[in-house]
Amino acid sequence: MVGLNIIVCLKQVPGTTEVEIDPKTGRLKREGVAAVVNPFDEYAVEEAIRIKEKLSGRIKVLSMGPPMAETALRDALALGCDEAWLATDRVFGGADTLATSYTLGLCIKKIAPFELIICGLKTTDGDTGQVGPEIAENLGIPHICYVNKILDISESKIKVTRMLDDGVETVESSLPALITVTKEINQPRLATLMGKLRATKAEIRKITAADVGGDPNRFGALGSATRVIKVTTPPPPLGGEVVKGSPDELAERILQKLIECKII
Amino acid sequence: MLVFAEQKAGKVHPIAYELLSKGKELACELGERLYVVIVGGGLDRAIKELVHRGADKVFVYDDPLVADFRDDPYSNLLVGLVREEKPSIFLIGATAMGRSLGPRVAASLGTGLTADCTGLEIDPKTRLLVQVRPAYGGNIMATIICPEKRPQMATVRYKVMNEAKIDPTHKAEIIKKHVEPRFLLDRVKILDFKPVAEEVSIVDANVVVSGGKGLGDPKGFKLLEELAQVLKGAVGASRPTVDEGWTDYHHQVGLSGRTVRPTLYMAFGISGAVQHLAGMRTSEVIIAVNKDAEAPIFNVATLGAVGDLYEVIPRLIRKVRAYQRDRNVR
Repeated sequence: MVGLNIIVCLKQVPGTTEVEIDPKTGRLKREGVAAVVNPFDEYAVEEAIRIKEKLSGRIKVLSMGPPMAETALRDALALGCDEAWLATDRVFGGADTLATSYTLGLCIKKIAPFELIICGLKTTDGDTGQVGPEIAENLGIPHICYVNKILDISESKIKVTRMLDDGVETVESSLPALITVTKEINQPRLATLMGKLRATKAEIRKITAADVGGDPNRFGALGSATRVIKVTTPPPPLGGEVVKGSPDELAERILQKLIECKII
Repeated sequence: MLVFAEQKAGKVHPIAYELLSKGKELACELGERLYVVIVGGGLDRAIKELVHRGADKVFVYDDPLVADFRDDPYSNLLVGLVREEKPSIFLIGATAMGRSLGPRVAASLGTGLTADCTGLEIDPKTRLLVQVRPAYGGNIMATIICPEKRPQMATVRYKVMNEAKIDPTHKAEIIKKHVEPRFLLDRVKILDFKPVAEEVSIVDANVVVSGGKGLGDPKGFKLLEELAQVLKGAVGASRPTVDEGWTDYHHQVGLSGRTVRPTLYMAFGISGAVQHLAGMRTSEVIIAVNKDAEAPIFNVATLGAVGDLYEVIPRLIRKVRAYQRDRNVR
């Protein structure tokens, strides 16, 4: 086994989803919100490291983001990734999933070769889960979503189980391929002090629009097919009645409601 | 106006009926016809069902080679059809299959895809599809348009929209399409499938009895199972309980779990975080029991009871059984 070249795609997201909208601008308030590695991507990084520990290889972690996304990449390096790449350029900004996956696809071609690309299932801010499969389509490689376990992997094939709505499917794919992983796949480790020290000194390699070539009309907001025209907070829900009392009184009250609503 | 009808073993997934209902509405506004595409094997019965639910034209890819879902062939076939028919809008269910297939198709077509839409409307002035969806774990709602690229694609979660009514007299054009071997790439093979051992799926159940962190202990689910049995329902769970390993992912209700819309949703020891509400707030009747009077779940509950679920549930089970005995209901 020569070892696998693995690329992990990673995104830095707001540390909390408890976001607010600035009533004056109609936009999300971003100040004071700490940024973290997208939780699902932590599982992707962990899985890459586990594969490398078993079969040897090289892990390149890639992120498209503003300069501050460097900290997320350093977190990944601290855990055991080998190279960190940050695709950062003003023209990449404001991208929807189509433009993001186009940009990342070009970046991946630039940092190739690779046998396996690992992405998190989705991000906690965008919540779409689309970028992984779209990157796979752009690169002309197969993809498998919702992977919860890698059963076997070699230079040319990967065998996994994936979680569908009604059960678990065992799937085998040729490599190169892209997988998106669920939180069931592993338990991410914590970085060691040594790892963190190494990461602070490591080089984060940058990729700009000029570096990737491609069609500049397909980057960022310009290359996006969709546009967010409004963000609002959902209306507060209308509650019903709230009752207190002894457990027996509460149980009786609930029983009456079940009868009233013809549940029983 | 094109809709993808997901199916398994020749049985149409009910999400297709919901998409047909919404699709019909959108098509009428645009003055367009409602097309549906189905891919699978042994589809004769499925085709009839789609016709009865209002489709004007049904494109059928019926071949044993595509009987089982695989992203490559399904994506290739759909992309081919879209290129031929050029629909203005293409809707896909936000199921596991749809959320894997949709993006692949969208990227191939170079068009926009909006995931998990909870609202779809036509803007009367621009005639664009206006897509509304939650983001940031459901804390905000984003309104999105796809002004230029076509088709405008959206995925919609199961149980968010209403089903199209059945009209056995409705007629439609059936177009049987040939499954060309060159589309059937062999890169991915299905080796095995283990269905989830579940009597009633939470998504289809009339009654869902859910537990959250307030259970304090995985044993709490045994109590919920008893109550669910008495009410002929299924057991659901909040995300933290699944993360803790108290129950498995197929019971999870919420933004990263399932959306359910039962007649009755009971929330025990669930605080009511936005992410959980996203998965159940459209239930007809919501009854919540929680020790914390300030729990946000009480904002959406039809009836909220502040108390200890371990004291309330056993009493409730006894009362329900007694009531059923008295009425001779089994």
